[in-house]
Amino acid sequence: MTDLLTPVLSANWGDEKSWDIAAYTASGGYAAIDKAFAMTPDEVTNLVKDAGLRGRGGAGFPTGMKWSFVPKDNPNPKYLVVNGDESEPGTCKDIPLLMASPHTLVEGMIIASYAIGCHTAFVYIRGEVLHVIRRMRHAVEQAYAAGHLGKNIHGSGYDLDIIVHAGAGAYICGEETALLDSLEGRRGQPRLRPPFPAVAGLYASPTVINNVESIASVPCIVANGAAWFSSMGTEKSKGMTIYSLSGHVARPGQFEAPLGITLRELLDLSGGIRAGHELKFWTPGGSSTPILTGEHLDVPLDYEGMASVGSMLGTKALQIFDETVSVVRTTLRWVEFYKHESCGKCTPCREGSWWLVQLLKKFEDGVAEEGDVDKLLDVCDNIGGKSFCALADGAVACVTSAVRHFRPEFEAGYHTPAYELFPYGRSALFEVAEGSHA
Amino acid sequence: MSVITKPGEAVAPVDTITVTIDGIEVQVPKGTLAIRAAEMIGIAIPRFCDHPLLDPVGACRQCLVEVPDMGNGRGMPKPQASCTLECAPGMKISTQVTSPAAAKAQEGMLEFLLVNHPLDCPICDKGGECPLQNQALSNGRGESRYEGVKRTFPKPVPISAEILLDRERCILCARCTRFSEQISGDPFIALVERGALQQVGKYADDPYNSYFSGNVIQICPVGALTSVSYRFQSRPFDLISTDSTCEHCAGGCSLRVDHRHFQVKRRLAGVNPEVNEEWNCDKGRFAFVSGRGEDRITRPLVRRDGVLKVASWPEAIDAAVAGLQAAGNSVGVLTGGRLTVENAYGYAKFARAVLGTNHIDFRSRPLSAEETGFLTSQIAGRTLGEGVTYGDLETAKQVVLVCFEPEEETGAVFLRLRKAVRKKGLKVTTIAPYASNGSAKLNATLVATAPGDEAAALAGIELDGDTVVLVGERAATAPGVLTAVVTATAKAGARYAWVPRRAGDRGAIEAGCLPTLLPGGRTVADSAARVDVAAAWGVDSLPAEPGLDAAAILEAAADGELAALVVAGLEPKDFANAVATREALEAAGFVISLENRLSEVTERADVVFPVALIEEHAGTFLNWEHRAGVVNTVIKQANNPMTDLRVLAALADALGKPLGVRTVAQAAAELAELGAWEGARPASADAAKAKPAKVKAGSYRLATWREMLDGGRGMDYEEALAATAKPAVARVSPTVATAAGLAEGDLVTVTTAAGSFSLPLEVAADMVDGTVWVPTNAPGMSLGEYGVLAGDAVQLDRGGVA
Repeated sequence: MTDLLTPVLSANWGDEKSWDIAAYTASGGYAAIDKAFAMTPDEVTNLVKDAGLRGRGGAGFPTGMKWSFVPKDNPNPKYLVVNGDESEPGTCKDIPLLMASPHTLVEGMIIASYAIGCHTAFVYIRGEVLHVIRRMRHAVEQAYAAGHLGKNIHGSGYDLDIIVHAGAGAYICGEETALLDSLEGRRGQPRLRPPFPAVAGLYASPTVINNVESIASVPCIVANGAAWFSSMGTEKSKGMTIYSLSGHVARPGQFEAPLGITLRELLDLSGGIRAGHELKFWTPGGSSTPILTGEHLDVPLDYEGMASVGSMLGTKALQIFDETVSVVRTTLRWVEFYKHESCGKCTPCREGSWWLVQLLKKFEDGVAEEGDVDKLLDVCDNIGGKSFCALADGAVACVTSAVRHFRPEFEAGYHTPAYELFPYGRSALFEVAEGSHA
Repeated sequence: MSVITKPGEAVAPVDTITVTIDGIEVQVPKGTLAIRAAEMIGIAIPRFCDHPLLDPVGACRQCLVEVPDMGNGRGMPKPQASCTLECAPGMKISTQVTSPAAAKAQEGMLEFLLVNHPLDCPICDKGGECPLQNQALSNGRGESRYEGVKRTFPKPVPISAEILLDRERCILCARCTRFSEQISGDPFIALVERGALQQVGKYADDPYNSYFSGNVIQICPVGALTSVSYRFQSRPFDLISTDSTCEHCAGGCSLRVDHRHFQVKRRLAGVNPEVNEEWNCDKGRFAFVSGRGEDRITRPLVRRDGVLKVASWPEAIDAAVAGLQAAGNSVGVLTGGRLTVENAYGYAKFARAVLGTNHIDFRSRPLSAEETGFLTSQIAGRTLGEGVTYGDLETAKQVVLVCFEPEEETGAVFLRLRKAVRKKGLKVTTIAPYASNGSAKLNATLVATAPGDEAAALAGIELDGDTVVLVGERAATAPGVLTAVVTATAKAGARYAWVPRRAGDRGAIEAGCLPTLLPGGRTVADSAARVDVAAAWGVDSLPAEPGLDAAAILEAAADGELAALVVAGLEPKDFANAVATREALEAAGFVISLENRLSEVTERADVVFPVALIEEHAGTFLNWEHRAGVVNTVIKQANNPMTDLRVLAALADALGKPLGVRTVAQAAAELAELGAWEGARPASADAAKAKPAKVKAGSYRLATWREMLDGGRGMDYEEALAATAKPAVARVSPTVATAAGLAEGDLVTVTTAAGSFSLPLEVAADMVDGTVWVPTNAPGMSLGEYGVLAGDAVQLDRGGVA
């Protein structure tokens, strides 16, 4: 069964002090840099294109193609910005990766920066995860000391500086243009596009923004070749990736496997749903991706497979909920998150999330009125696709998908509180006082 | 927004594209936003954050439309904000008119906007003229489905002494914050916090003190921003609006003046794309109550036994006539810079045709013979088509500021320059002692220059055909500058404009309120011009002897050489020497004052005639471009006070030499009929020799200008406005500060030959050495009192005046 796993990024996570440069170098780390330097920048970009690497941050945009959008004739400096603002409920892949092997990212950044002609690269890390920021900073210091960063790296004549930037704890700063504003020292709110970051991003200069995992996947492609990488995965979703299982599974954690693995296979690997319970619903890639149910157990977890069932691969954060869980309560908690994280720039997200929380609370308390489900859906319709950025789309996706799959449970909110239908203590993985609604 | 071109100007060919909106094809210039393209065919898409003069932001999402075809056969999957959507060739757009999806999206957005809005329209200043209220009714659902709890905030909170913020009403469109950042360059307000708790905030305890802050009230699409002065004063539908032109400076901003119960309640920036676009300054907006104090004069006053007493009109006219008859033509006429063209024309004609003198001058400020020559030969008779315009400031590549601080002296010029700097890459160079705040906001290159050295500094700047030089009225105190501007621009093929400070200055020149000038740019020295005017006026001849300028008139009066003075609205402290001016008024045998408030002139007058406030009469102001701005009567009462013109006509009648005009319309018609002088124009006057001030060791050269919000009487009784003024300071360079052992914030004493005054010190890093800058007319501190001008030597010492 475990041969379904393809540990590449996570291969060294179990090593002694895997985060230290000594361990990373001992396992072959930083060798891909020289291989890349032996190629022209365009050859590196083409290699990544040929490998079929797609963005691991959720949207799945081809990484090599993104790099090739950087205009060559622009006189401004070019920048690489790595998005490590991992904040979505359920998503937990970049933070473990950076904890276990920050040098993988550093190496990937060197290669990516070389490919796009950038000499200053930034990593923007979510502000709350101080330990990860420290570890990343330490890794960058080590890389400088070892001559992997700075001037004339490995005698190639290529210079690169990496700056590790700590965010201030805003989900919106994971949106790439808000991230740029935040990185520039402004308040993080999404920017109007066009101009796109590839043309006028950080400091109005050409900028490539990639997810941590996307960039961390670059060294292995350079080391092993495009064919090796694309031998994994499915036709349009190549390579391996990290699936993060959480919730009601026996052994939650990170599972690195080729794209296209199914939840059924992942559940087998993780010991299945916790003992004595059965799957009720799950998210394929964080709370912004529409929820799925037991009938989707065999759908390939790749970009196309998830789209075919009206969801998205997202960040491959599989949150698993068993039959003890109230979908109304879960949805409310998610929407509370979006309300709290809405940046406030645009009306539908700001006001809509404020309204949705109050509406959903009525369902949870069993005091919703006849017709409120339709009202809920209509409010979602007035939000979805009408906001400035995708944050609000994510906020309504969990609501509309929950109603699609579990409408009767919402209708029960016309008369019965969710905590009576699904006593909350039963879904907890720890002891909860009887009658607690939290 | 309409596209306005200057009359006679060829319309530049524009690349146009064709788009289809709701099935109607329309040709629009490339780069046009969908929301504007829709306006062109009469389709109003509801909007809040969108403002044609602000950068698009796409925040409120109210203007969503469907795009079934982007011009490439493919549609956009989601509705698009038409305020950020650039039209593409062949694009098809469906607005709420034809697209149920767009209509639903807009309905939904309005419902969202009202989720956290207090709906306190019945007590809101904006109710009745509120875009949120209007569009909720025109494009929203009849009823809200929201039953939840609204977000609440303590309210209102002051963001400045003048402006209050109601955060509950705010819909977070960011118009005010974008205005403050993009238009005026004073980003002292910003959106803070997030989600529904997002709000407009200011930095810590620092208020939003901007000369243009009032505009944010006007562009607020809800009642979130209100002014202290207008708050709860009226409902919009009870107000009567009158278009007018601002009387505070030579910018010529259009105004909308709203009144109720025969009292002006508020003033708004009028829409005038060629002049002020849609903005005005806080002085123009808020300073309109100075005529409401107890010092308002409503009846004539006549001095009897040394005391001014209320008199009847016949009594006052008799007294004035007796005084004038005794004086003969030994009379000086000082008109000040605040008159409409028609009133100024009344004085010019009264002086020549009735009194028989050329002793008339509008300049109630420091002046020079060089300036008189410059105004006579270069400025008088220039028409709008000939001179520089606001539009020219936008198309110029370089603007050089000489003795001119646009933000302080002509706000609308500042805003237009800033727009050109932001949008068109205009380069601004300023010849000034240091880079003021305003210069910094224009990203101006400073040519650090001590007062008196401006002409030399100008010689060092490269001018070309795309350069405009703006020279301020302060050049009168800088010998050689006006001549240098004329010759340098002529040589380089550059253009220049003279920007006076007061609204009536430019009109006074055209009306003939200079000793050298008759109406229409005709010179007194030209006998043909005199005959021309005499014929038009039906008089035998006009005085040919050269007249005295204002300074000479005062000197002559003080020396007893002039028997009488006729004085319009002016303040002695504005003259180069306030003390000497008062003494001259006292020494003059007979003084007639035409005023609307008691003043230092009326105190010294023998006869005082009450005249109308700006809102009580009609007329015309000519702005610095020589563009006519119409002043309309706002308060229409049968017993409105008379205009200066009407009073002068009555005096002329009583003197037996009728003025020939008594109404504003008659004066305007006569001046128009007289027309501009088509004969020869005088050659330019000789340059005054620049004489660098002799400054002894330990002395400093004085640099100064008037700040927009200062000690002027026009701002009286508007305390909230005054509270937003800049504090008066003395500025020196770091070198001077170090040499004198002074530090920022120290109280320093500036000593002149006529006395001392104290101000806190500010150190300006780029200040030219050997110079100290102080404001010309701060509240309670006017340089006129000390008789010092820019360039004069002063002492600087630590500590306050004992």
